[in-house]
Parts: sequence; C-alpha cells; structure tokens
Amino acid sequence: MSTTQLKNAFSFENAVKLGAGTDYENRAEFENAIGVYTEEKNENAIQIENLNLWYGKHQALKNISMDIPKNKVFSFIGPSGCGKSTFLRTMNRMNDMIQDCRIEGKIIIDDEEIYSRETDVTDLRKRVGMVFQKANPFPMSIYENVAYGPKIHGVSKKEIPSIVEESLKAAALWDEVKDRLKSPALSLSGGQQQRLCIARTLAVKPEIILFDEPCSALDPISTGKIEELMTELKKKYTIIIVTHNMQQATRISDYTAFFLSGELIVSGKTAQIFENPQDKRTEGYITGRFG
Amino acid sequence: MTFENKDLSGKRNPAPKKESQKTTCQKNSFQKSTCQKNAFQKTAYRKRQDFFQKAAFLAMKLSIISVILILLLIVGDIFIKGYSAITWEFLTEMPSNQMTEGGILPCIIGTVELVALSLLVAVPLGIIAAVYLTEYAADGKIKNCIEQAVNNLAGTPSVIFGLFGMALFIKYIGLPMSLLTASLTMGLLIMPAIIRTTQEALLSVPKEYREASHALGVTKWETIRRAVLPSAFSGMITGIIISVGRAAGETAPILFTGAVYYYPRLPDSVFSPFMALSYHLYVMATESMNIELTRSLQYGTAFVLLAIVFVMNLAAVGVRKYYKMKFKPN
Repeated sequence: MSTTQLKNAFSFENAVKLGAGTDYENRAEFENAIGVYTEEKNENAIQIENLNLWYGKHQALKNISMDIPKNKVFSFIGPSGCGKSTFLRTMNRMNDMIQDCRIEGKIIIDDEEIYSRETDVTDLRKRVGMVFQKANPFPMSIYENVAYGPKIHGVSKKEIPSIVEESLKAAALWDEVKDRLKSPALSLSGGQQQRLCIARTLAVKPEIILFDEPCSALDPISTGKIEELMTELKKKYTIIIVTHNMQQATRISDYTAFFLSGELIVSGKTAQIFENPQDKRTEGYITGRFG
Repeated sequence: MTFENKDLSGKRNPAPKKESQKTTCQKNSFQKSTCQKNAFQKTAYRKRQDFFQKAAFLAMKLSIISVILILLLIVGDIFIKGYSAITWEFLTEMPSNQMTEGGILPCIIGTVELVALSLLVAVPLGIIAAVYLTEYAADGKIKNCIEQAVNNLAGTPSVIFGLFGMALFIKYIGLPMSLLTASLTMGLLIMPAIIRTTQEALLSVPKEYREASHALGVTKWETIRRAVLPSAFSGMITGIIISVGRAAGETAPILFTGAVYYYPRLPDSVFSPFMALSYHLYVMATESMNIELTRSLQYGTAFVLLAIVFVMNLAAVGVRKYYKMKFKPN
C-alpha cells in the first residue's frame, strides 16, 4: 500500500464515510486523535520508501518507510549503533563517501528521487544541510567560515557580507561575534563553534537541516541555546535531529522515530510516543530500562 | 576450590604485616608523620622505574646537546675561517685571476636561481602528485607501488639523478648544459621529498573539515582547494624548507647538467650555463691551481652558502608562522 493510499484510508473523509467521523467534532480533532497528518495540513519534506542499507555484508538499515513533515522538528532516538545516524546521512547522501556502502529503496525530496542517476549530489547537499556531532569549523576566521559556502557556490561578492550577517543572526551568534568577525573560528567556545557551524549551514540556504547529535559535547547552557534556536529555525526549515537525550527529544521535537538494530520500531507525534508507548521496546528505551 | 584456597592463603600472608604496621603507628601517635611517610615509601619496582626514567631523560638531553654542539661546531668553524674573506667585493664581484681573487657573485646568483627554478618545477608537480595519491587514488596495489616508488626515489643517490638528468635532458631531448637543465634535474631530485611531506600534511587534515565542506554541497575538488590545502599548508612548507637546503647544497645533479667550472658572467637566460656555490666550493677545494692560497675564499663561499639556505628557510618559517597566526588561535 502506498503512502497516499494509506493516507486516504485514514482520512477524515473516509472516516465520515465509514461512520466513525461522527465521534469527532471536526477534522483537526480527528487528525489529532488518529495521529495521521494529511497533505492539506502538512506537506512532507522527505518521503522514505523501503530503504535498505548495507555496509559490506552487514545490513545497517532494514526496510524503513516513513515521511518527514515540513517545518517540524523530527527526532530520531535509539541506542548506539541502531542506525539512526546512518539513516540521517542517507538523506544528504553523506554515506556515498563510505566504501562498501550499498543502498536500496527510495528517498524522495520534492518529488525527486535522490538516489537516481540524474541527482546532482552537491546540489542535494546544498538543499539538505548537516550539522555534526563535533563542532567542526574550518581553521579560518569566523567570517570566512560562514562565507565559505556562498563564495564557492558563486554568490556575488556584494551579497556575501549580508548573507554572513543574516546567517549569524539566524544562528543567534551575531551579537557575540559581530566585533570580531576576523578572529579565528577556533578561538570560540564549543557552543559558539556549534552555532557557527549552524550559521555556516544556513548560509547556503538549505530547506532541510540534519543535526547529528549536535549537543552531545556541549554543556547544558549551550545545549539550551541550540534547542531554542531549533524551535526558531523550524519556522523556515525542516529539522531532523538525532539525539541520545530523551528529554531533548521531548522538549524540542514534534515527531519522534525510535530505531532499534536497523529497524524503525515506531514513528509518530512525540507526545504520543513518549506518553503512550505502544511497543514494549520503545517503552523500555525511553524509560531508561535499556539502551 | 583449590585455586581459591591458594588465593586466600596468598592474600593472608601479607595481611598480618600491614596490621602490625598499623598497630605500631597507632601506638606511637606522636610519630604519625613518619608513619605517613612510610605509607608512601617507594617500592623497589617504582625505584627501578624512576631510575630508567632518569636514564632515558639523560640520554635524550645528551643527544639534543650533541646535535646542537655539532651544528655550532660546523657553523663556527666555517665562520671563523671564512669571515675574513667576506667583504663587499667578495659578494659583488666576479672571480678573477684563476679564481684566486675576486668575488663569487655569479655563484650566489646561480644558486639562488637554481633553487627558485627547481622549486618552480618540483613544488607544483609534487603537490599535484600528492593530492592525487592521498585524495583520489583508491587504496590498492597500484597506489602502493607508486608510493613505494616515491620512497625509493627519495633515497636514490644524487649522482644518479645527475646522470639521469644528463641522459634525458641533454642526450635525449637535446637541451644544452644550462640553468634550465640543472633546475629540471634538481627538481626531480627534490620532488619525492615534497610529495612525501605534502602527503603527510594532507593526511593530517582532520576528516571533519572534508565532511563539513561536502555537507555544504561543495565538490570534492573545491573542498580540496579551499579547505584541505589551506589547512595542510604549514606542513607543506616544511617539505619546501627541506628541499631548499638540498637544492642549494647538492652538487652531483648539477655537475653533469649545467654548472660549470668558470663562467664569470651572470646567466643571461635559462639556457646559459652557470656557476653555483656548491660546485664552486668543490672546484676550489679540489681542483683549482692553488688550493692552499684560496683556503679563506673556500670557507667564505661555504659560509655564504649556509647563509643563503638559512635566510631562505627563515623566509619559509615566516610564511608558515604568518599562516598559522591567521588561521589558528594561540
């Protein structure tokens, strides 16, 4: 059954037709109860269909199908080695650089199959930005770090200073660094470096931003700043975050997916998954009994 | 079970001793300080470790001191015996009277030009080769073979390079004995070192920089050009510093390809033969008409050669330092 068929089956209209719609006052209430987002309400930024991934002979992702809604924060949780980071990296094809990595299935972004031959990988990565676990600014000045992407993508020289300022403002770093844009990026604190990396990603104007455990090396205050930033960023961008921190997932994400040894166990609204976990394994993990 | 018993008995034996020590400590409460000292007393094993550590440090210090001493001895000896020869005329005039008088200007110019030209040959080629080997070539037999070949080239005696340069550039291609031919030969000689050091420098660039750049939608080539090479720059400079010294000092490669005994003119083109400090020194010390008479000139020449290499290295170190300051915090 395709995603659209599935959606139609669970739509409000269908429910009314079947007589179940009468239990709910309106569409919103129905959708909230059933936990299905329809296209009118939320477009999907990414659709994943039957994705399988192998590292050599080891299968790291097993038949994953899910939709990532636009302008929401989607968090991936699960124990180490469950494949969530690998899954995240399939979305901007960062796994391409790993030898022996084989992928089957479909990932569709804006009606384009990103693993098809016609896809320009660099163009894809411009649209799907990524922030890494360890802040990795280049050994250049703060300004140069943010200007790096636009410069290489051929943005005219006049526009670059304003892009740098915009990006740093959007990453909530401008006020802290506006007087020392020329100083080395590596002189910033860990949290500032991570926000600089976010600014650098924003500077190439992506649609989707992937965060791979962005706060795992940061103190609570820096973490708080980045979480605040994400809630701000989701107004303009679709955000996917891999996290080991359950509280973080509940604090910032609208949707959550739980992975276990390469399989997608459950995915849905964060509140539902955390308050009413249907699956024993999910419950065990989020309550800290394993993982 | 038997094992457990043994273990227990083994543990029991030292235990009473400790207890007795404790009890004595408690009894002589006034001697508490001495008791505490006893608790931290070095065991025989620690003492032996300390001894080896001290011995190792001493060996390191001695070897460093001897390296510095040897360097000072060489430079000092050359300076003491040669400084009397170094005058303004010595640095700015042509050699005269069968090289027993006059200056070494053509040699100075020749050496500087030789170093510059051979770097011009070797640095771009070496860097491109190193980038290809580290960034593009897939791991495998072919890459291994190339890397081994580079290593072997780096260890090939310089006289072989000289003969090869003569055979290839002069006999086969038909270039004249000239500055160009010598520079090409010298370029081949220093290229392996440049490839090796550039490779090391590229490998030391953290993987994160490449990932970050790729994630911004930057192509592999642009990533190498804008993020990897600048980060590897200071390591690459190290290779160039080593090469400057070699290019200025090696005599055999230019002996057959361009340096001449006596050519008291400044080279007017790259196709003219030239004089070089290293070869000039060799000639004056072994083959000139009056070796004893020109002793101080020889030391003067050696000193100038050292000084040129030193100044060039200093410049490279300066560039490296500037680059580091620009990109890295203190």
